[in-house]
Amino acid sequence: MKAAVIVFPGINRERDMARTLKLVSGHEPAMVWHADMALPAGTDIAVLPGGFSYGDYLRCGAIAARAPIMEAVRAFAAKGGLVLGVCNGFQILCEAGLLPGVLMRNARLKFVCRDVYLRVERSDTPFTRGYNAGQVICVPTAHGEGNYVADSETIARLEGEGRVVFRYTAPDGALAPEWNFNGATNAIAGIVNARGNVLGMMPHPENHVETALGPTDGRGLFQGLAEYLDRAA
Amino acid sequence: MKAQVTVTLKSGILDPQGKAIEGALKSLGVDGIASVRQGKVFDIEIADGDRAGVEARLREAAEKLLANTLIENYHVKLIG
Repeated sequence: MKAAVIVFPGINRERDMARTLKLVSGHEPAMVWHADMALPAGTDIAVLPGGFSYGDYLRCGAIAARAPIMEAVRAFAAKGGLVLGVCNGFQILCEAGLLPGVLMRNARLKFVCRDVYLRVERSDTPFTRGYNAGQVICVPTAHGEGNYVADSETIARLEGEGRVVFRYTAPDGALAPEWNFNGATNAIAGIVNARGNVLGMMPHPENHVETALGPTDGRGLFQGLAEYLDRAA
Repeated sequence: MKAQVTVTLKSGILDPQGKAIEGALKSLGVDGIASVRQGKVFDIEIADGDRAGVEARLREAAEKLLANTLIENYHVKLIG
Protein backbone atom coordinates (compact mmCIF):
# COMPACT_ATOMS: atom_id res chain seq x y z
CA MET A 1 0.00 0.00 0.00
CA LYS A 2 1.48 3.27 -1.13
CA ALA A 3 -0.74 5.97 0.28
CA ALA A 4 -0.56 9.69 -0.33
CA VAL A 5 -2.19 11.89 2.33
CA ILE A 6 -3.12 15.28 0.90
CA VAL A 7 -2.35 18.14 3.26
CA PHE A 8 -4.43 21.29 2.90
CA PRO A 9 -3.92 24.35 5.11
CA GLY A 10 -6.34 24.16 8.02
CA ILE A 11 -6.84 20.41 8.20
CA ASN A 12 -6.00 18.70 11.49
CA ARG A 13 -6.50 14.96 11.05
CA GLU A 14 -3.70 14.26 8.63
CA ARG A 15 -1.39 12.84 11.27
CA ASP A 16 -4.10 10.59 12.73
CA MET A 17 -4.69 9.32 9.21
CA ALA A 18 -0.98 8.84 8.48
CA ARG A 19 -0.47 7.04 11.79
CA THR A 20 -3.32 4.63 11.06
CA LEU A 21 -2.16 3.96 7.50
CA LYS A 22 1.33 3.13 8.82
CA LEU A 23 0.01 1.06 11.71
CA VAL A 24 -2.24 -1.09 9.54
CA SER A 25 -0.24 -1.37 6.32
CA GLY A 26 3.30 -1.12 7.67
CA HIS A 27 4.12 1.52 5.07
CA GLU A 28 4.70 5.19 5.79
CA PRO A 29 2.38 7.29 3.63
CA ALA A 30 3.65 10.25 1.65
CA MET A 31 2.40 13.63 2.85
CA VAL A 32 1.53 15.69 -0.23
CA TRP A 33 1.14 19.47 -0.03
CA HIS A 34 -1.95 21.00 -1.61
CA ALA A 35 0.13 23.27 -3.87
CA ASP A 36 1.97 20.28 -5.40
CA MET A 37 0.98 19.40 -8.92
CA ALA A 38 1.48 15.62 -8.82
CA LEU A 39 1.06 12.58 -6.60
CA PRO A 40 4.24 10.57 -5.87
CA ALA A 41 4.97 7.92 -8.50
CA GLY A 42 3.42 4.58 -7.61
CA THR A 43 0.71 6.00 -5.35
CA ASP A 44 -2.10 3.48 -5.07
CA ILE A 45 -4.44 5.40 -2.81
CA ALA A 46 -4.95 9.14 -2.27
CA VAL A 47 -6.41 10.11 1.09
CA LEU A 48 -8.08 13.43 1.89
CA PRO A 49 -8.19 13.74 5.67
CA GLY A 50 -10.46 15.70 7.97
CA GLY A 51 -10.18 19.15 9.46
CA PHE A 52 -11.11 22.63 8.39
CA SER A 53 -9.32 23.36 5.13
CA TYR A 54 -9.11 27.12 4.58
CA GLY A 55 -11.07 27.62 7.78
CA ASP A 56 -14.22 26.35 6.07
CA TYR A 57 -14.31 29.72 4.29
CA LEU A 58 -17.00 30.14 1.62
CA ARG A 59 -18.32 26.57 1.98
CA CYS A 60 -16.71 23.54 3.63
CA GLY A 61 -14.15 22.13 1.23
CA ALA A 62 -14.90 24.67 -1.52
CA ILE A 63 -11.47 26.23 -1.75
CA ALA A 64 -9.50 23.03 -1.17
CA ALA A 65 -11.48 21.43 -4.00
CA ARG A 66 -9.88 23.96 -6.36
CA ALA A 67 -6.31 23.53 -5.05
CA PRO A 68 -3.59 22.62 -7.58
CA ILE A 69 -3.16 19.04 -6.28
CA MET A 70 -6.83 18.29 -6.95
CA GLU A 71 -6.20 18.13 -10.70
CA ALA A 72 -3.79 15.29 -10.02
CA VAL A 73 -6.29 13.60 -7.69
CA ARG A 74 -8.99 13.95 -10.35
CA ALA A 75 -6.74 12.40 -13.01
CA PHE A 76 -5.72 9.62 -10.60
CA ALA A 77 -9.39 8.81 -9.87
CA ALA A 78 -10.22 8.89 -13.59
CA LYS A 79 -7.61 6.17 -14.13
CA GLY A 80 -9.26 4.05 -11.43
CA GLY A 81 -6.98 4.99 -8.53
CA LEU A 82 -8.52 4.67 -5.07
CA VAL A 83 -9.46 7.90 -3.31
CA LEU A 84 -10.67 8.06 0.29
CA GLY A 85 -12.09 11.27 1.75
CA VAL A 86 -12.97 11.48 5.43
CA CYS A 87 -15.00 14.30 6.98
CA ASN A 88 -13.60 17.50 5.40
CA GLY A 89 -12.15 15.14 2.78
CA PHE A 90 -15.70 14.01 1.91
CA GLN A 91 -16.79 17.65 1.67
CA ILE A 92 -13.84 18.40 -0.61
CA LEU A 93 -14.65 15.44 -2.89
CA CYS A 94 -18.24 16.67 -3.23
CA GLU A 95 -17.13 20.24 -3.94
CA ALA A 96 -14.64 18.91 -6.51
CA GLY A 97 -17.42 17.02 -8.27
CA LEU A 98 -15.75 13.65 -7.67
CA LEU A 99 -18.79 12.64 -5.63
CA PRO A 100 -22.35 13.90 -6.07
CA GLY A 101 -24.29 15.99 -3.57
CA VAL A 102 -23.22 18.31 -0.80
CA LEU A 103 -22.71 18.26 2.97
CA MET A 104 -24.95 20.86 4.60
CA ARG A 105 -25.10 22.25 8.12
CA ASN A 106 -26.25 19.59 10.61
CA ALA A 107 -30.05 19.71 10.83
CA ARG A 108 -29.96 20.54 14.55
CA LEU A 109 -27.18 23.11 14.02
CA LYS A 110 -24.88 21.40 16.53
CA PHE A 111 -21.30 20.33 16.00
CA VAL A 112 -21.44 16.67 17.01
CA CYS A 113 -18.30 15.05 18.45
CA ARG A 114 -18.92 11.54 19.74
CA ASP A 115 -18.99 7.88 18.79
CA VAL A 116 -21.70 6.93 16.31
CA TYR A 117 -22.91 3.68 14.76
CA LEU A 118 -22.66 2.93 11.07
CA ARG A 119 -24.23 0.06 9.21
CA VAL A 120 -21.95 -1.23 6.47
CA GLU A 121 -24.30 -1.64 3.51
CA ARG A 122 -22.01 -3.71 1.32
CA SER A 123 -18.74 -5.51 1.69
CA ASP A 124 -17.81 -5.87 -1.98
CA THR A 125 -15.89 -2.60 -2.32
CA PRO A 126 -12.13 -2.14 -1.79
CA PHE A 127 -13.04 0.08 1.16
CA THR A 128 -15.45 -2.24 2.96
CA ARG A 129 -14.14 -5.72 2.18
CA GLY A 130 -12.84 -5.89 5.76
CA TYR A 131 -16.44 -5.94 7.00
CA ASN A 132 -19.56 -8.00 6.46
CA ALA A 133 -22.59 -6.46 4.77
CA GLY A 134 -25.05 -5.45 7.47
CA GLN A 135 -22.35 -5.25 10.14
CA VAL A 136 -22.63 -2.30 12.53
CA ILE A 137 -19.43 -0.50 13.45
CA CYS A 138 -18.78 2.13 16.09
CA VAL A 139 -16.57 5.04 15.00
CA PRO A 140 -16.16 8.62 16.14
CA THR A 141 -17.62 11.59 14.37
CA ALA A 142 -16.73 15.28 14.68
CA HIS A 143 -18.46 17.69 12.34
CA GLY A 144 -20.92 20.54 12.05
CA GLU A 145 -21.63 20.10 8.35
CA GLY A 146 -22.35 16.47 7.60
CA ASN A 147 -25.96 16.59 6.55
CA TYR A 148 -25.82 14.86 3.16
CA VAL A 149 -28.13 16.44 0.59
CA ALA A 150 -28.64 15.78 -3.11
CA ASP A 151 -31.55 16.14 -5.50
CA SER A 152 -34.07 13.29 -5.45
CA GLU A 153 -32.83 11.94 -8.79
CA THR A 154 -29.27 11.64 -7.45
CA ILE A 155 -30.47 10.00 -4.24
CA ALA A 156 -32.54 7.51 -6.25
CA ARG A 157 -29.50 6.72 -8.41
CA LEU A 158 -27.20 6.28 -5.37
CA GLU A 159 -29.71 3.96 -3.72
CA GLY A 160 -30.54 2.10 -6.93
CA GLU A 161 -26.89 1.47 -7.75
CA GLY A 162 -26.01 0.45 -4.20
CA ARG A 163 -23.59 3.33 -3.79
CA VAL A 164 -24.54 4.14 -0.20
CA VAL A 165 -21.93 2.17 1.73
CA PHE A 166 -22.37 3.53 5.27
CA ARG A 167 -25.55 4.63 7.04
CA TYR A 168 -26.12 6.09 10.51
CA THR A 169 -28.12 3.59 12.54
CA ALA A 170 -28.86 2.43 16.08
CA PRO A 171 -26.33 0.00 17.60
CA ASP A 172 -28.49 -2.89 16.37
CA GLY A 173 -28.44 -1.60 12.79
CA ALA A 174 -31.99 -0.21 12.81
CA LEU A 175 -32.65 3.08 11.06
CA ALA A 176 -34.15 5.69 13.40
CA PRO A 177 -34.28 9.50 13.25
CA GLU A 178 -32.61 9.88 16.65
CA TRP A 179 -29.53 8.02 15.42
CA ASN A 180 -29.32 10.07 12.23
CA PHE A 181 -27.85 12.90 14.29
CA ASN A 182 -27.04 15.28 11.42
CA GLY A 183 -30.26 14.83 9.47
CA ALA A 184 -28.57 13.33 6.39
CA THR A 185 -30.88 12.24 3.58
CA ASN A 186 -31.62 8.51 4.04
CA ALA A 187 -29.13 8.55 6.96
CA ILE A 188 -26.29 8.54 4.43
CA ALA A 189 -22.86 8.56 6.10
CA GLY A 190 -20.71 7.44 3.16
CA ILE A 191 -21.02 6.96 -0.60
CA VAL A 192 -18.91 5.78 -3.51
CA ASN A 193 -18.75 7.12 -7.07
CA ALA A 194 -20.26 5.20 -9.97
CA ARG A 195 -17.01 3.35 -10.63
CA GLY A 196 -16.62 2.46 -6.95
CA ASN A 197 -13.06 3.75 -6.56
CA VAL A 198 -13.82 6.99 -4.69
CA LEU A 199 -15.30 6.84 -1.18
CA GLY A 200 -16.38 9.80 0.92
CA MET A 201 -17.56 9.41 4.52
CA MET A 202 -18.16 11.81 7.39
CA PRO A 203 -17.09 9.73 10.45
CA HIS A 204 -13.47 8.97 11.33
CA PRO A 205 -12.56 5.27 11.07
CA GLU A 206 -8.89 6.24 11.46
CA ASN A 207 -9.50 7.16 15.09
CA HIS A 208 -10.76 3.74 16.22
CA VAL A 209 -7.94 1.40 15.36
CA GLU A 210 -6.04 0.76 18.60
CA THR A 211 -7.25 -1.11 21.69
CA ALA A 212 -5.39 1.35 23.95
CA LEU A 213 -7.79 4.04 22.74
CA GLY A 214 -11.01 2.04 22.84
CA PRO A 215 -12.95 0.31 20.07
CA THR A 216 -11.10 -0.79 16.95
CA ASP A 217 -14.00 -0.94 14.51
CA GLY A 218 -12.32 1.48 12.12
CA ARG A 219 -9.48 -0.93 11.51
CA GLY A 220 -11.43 -3.10 9.08
CA LEU A 221 -11.55 -0.34 6.51
CA PHE A 222 -7.77 0.11 6.42
CA GLN A 223 -7.02 -3.59 6.81
CA GLY A 224 -9.30 -4.36 3.88
CA LEU A 225 -7.73 -1.64 1.76
CA ALA A 226 -4.19 -2.78 2.57
CA GLU A 227 -4.99 -6.39 1.68
CA TYR A 228 -6.74 -5.33 -1.51
CA LEU A 229 -3.83 -3.17 -2.64
CA ASP A 230 -1.14 -5.64 -1.63
CA ARG A 231 -2.90 -8.34 -3.61
CA ALA A 232 -3.22 -6.07 -6.62
CA ALA A 233 0.46 -5.09 -6.41
CA MET B 1 -16.09 48.77 -11.99
CA LYS B 2 -17.92 47.55 -8.91
CA ALA B 3 -20.24 44.61 -8.81
CA GLN B 4 -22.17 42.56 -6.36
CA VAL B 5 -22.77 38.82 -6.53
CA THR B 6 -25.53 37.52 -4.29
CA VAL B 7 -25.70 33.82 -3.48
CA THR B 8 -28.84 32.35 -1.95
CA LEU B 9 -30.00 28.84 -1.14
CA LYS B 10 -32.41 27.33 -3.64
CA SER B 11 -35.94 26.95 -2.41
CA GLY B 12 -36.52 23.57 -0.86
CA ILE B 13 -32.99 23.39 0.58
CA LEU B 14 -33.16 23.27 4.36
CA ASP B 15 -31.57 26.36 5.90
CA PRO B 16 -31.15 25.75 9.63
CA GLN B 17 -29.27 29.03 10.09
CA GLY B 18 -32.11 30.98 8.52
CA LYS B 19 -34.55 29.10 10.76
CA ALA B 20 -32.54 29.96 13.87
CA ILE B 21 -32.41 33.64 12.87
CA GLU B 22 -36.13 33.57 12.15
CA GLY B 23 -36.77 32.16 15.63
CA ALA B 24 -34.55 34.80 17.23
CA LEU B 25 -36.35 37.63 15.41
CA LYS B 26 -39.68 36.26 16.56
CA SER B 27 -38.45 36.02 20.15
CA LEU B 28 -37.28 39.66 19.91
CA GLY B 29 -40.83 40.60 19.08
CA VAL B 30 -40.13 41.80 15.54
CA ASP B 31 -43.58 41.60 14.03
CA GLY B 32 -44.60 40.09 10.78
CA ILE B 33 -41.57 37.92 10.00
CA ALA B 34 -42.87 35.06 7.91
CA SER B 35 -39.54 33.40 7.13
CA VAL B 36 -35.79 34.08 6.88
CA ARG B 37 -33.28 32.53 4.48
CA GLN B 38 -29.60 33.33 4.91
CA GLY B 39 -27.35 34.01 1.94
CA LYS B 40 -24.03 35.63 1.00
CA VAL B 41 -23.08 38.88 -0.69
CA PHE B 42 -19.74 39.36 -2.51
CA ASP B 43 -18.68 42.94 -3.21
CA ILE B 44 -16.28 42.73 -6.11
CA GLU B 45 -14.11 45.30 -7.85
CA ILE B 46 -13.30 44.26 -11.35
CA ALA B 47 -11.24 45.75 -14.16
CA ASP B 48 -13.37 47.86 -16.46
CA GLY B 49 -14.60 46.37 -19.66
CA ASP B 50 -17.76 46.27 -21.63
CA ARG B 51 -20.70 45.37 -19.41
CA ALA B 52 -21.44 42.10 -21.15
CA GLY B 53 -17.82 40.95 -20.77
CA VAL B 54 -17.67 41.91 -17.09
CA GLU B 55 -20.93 40.18 -16.41
CA ALA B 56 -19.71 37.05 -18.17
CA ARG B 57 -16.56 36.99 -16.01
CA LEU B 58 -18.60 37.39 -12.85
CA ARG B 59 -20.92 34.59 -13.89
CA GLU B 60 -17.83 32.44 -14.48
CA ALA B 61 -16.63 33.33 -10.95
CA ALA B 62 -19.98 32.39 -9.51
CA GLU B 63 -20.20 29.11 -11.43
CA LYS B 64 -16.62 28.07 -10.68
CA LEU B 65 -16.41 29.04 -7.03
CA LEU B 66 -18.76 31.53 -5.39
CA ALA B 67 -21.87 29.35 -5.61
CA ASN B 68 -22.43 25.64 -5.40
CA THR B 69 -25.12 25.45 -8.03
CA LEU B 70 -26.40 22.15 -6.67
CA ILE B 71 -27.88 24.03 -3.74
CA GLU B 72 -27.47 27.73 -4.46
CA ASN B 73 -28.65 30.35 -6.93
CA TYR B 74 -26.60 33.43 -7.74
CA HIS B 75 -27.37 36.88 -9.02
CA VAL B 76 -24.87 39.28 -10.62
CA LYS B 77 -25.40 43.02 -10.35
CA LEU B 78 -23.09 45.66 -11.88
CA ILE B 79 -22.87 48.90 -9.88
CA GLY B 80 -21.49 51.60 -12.20
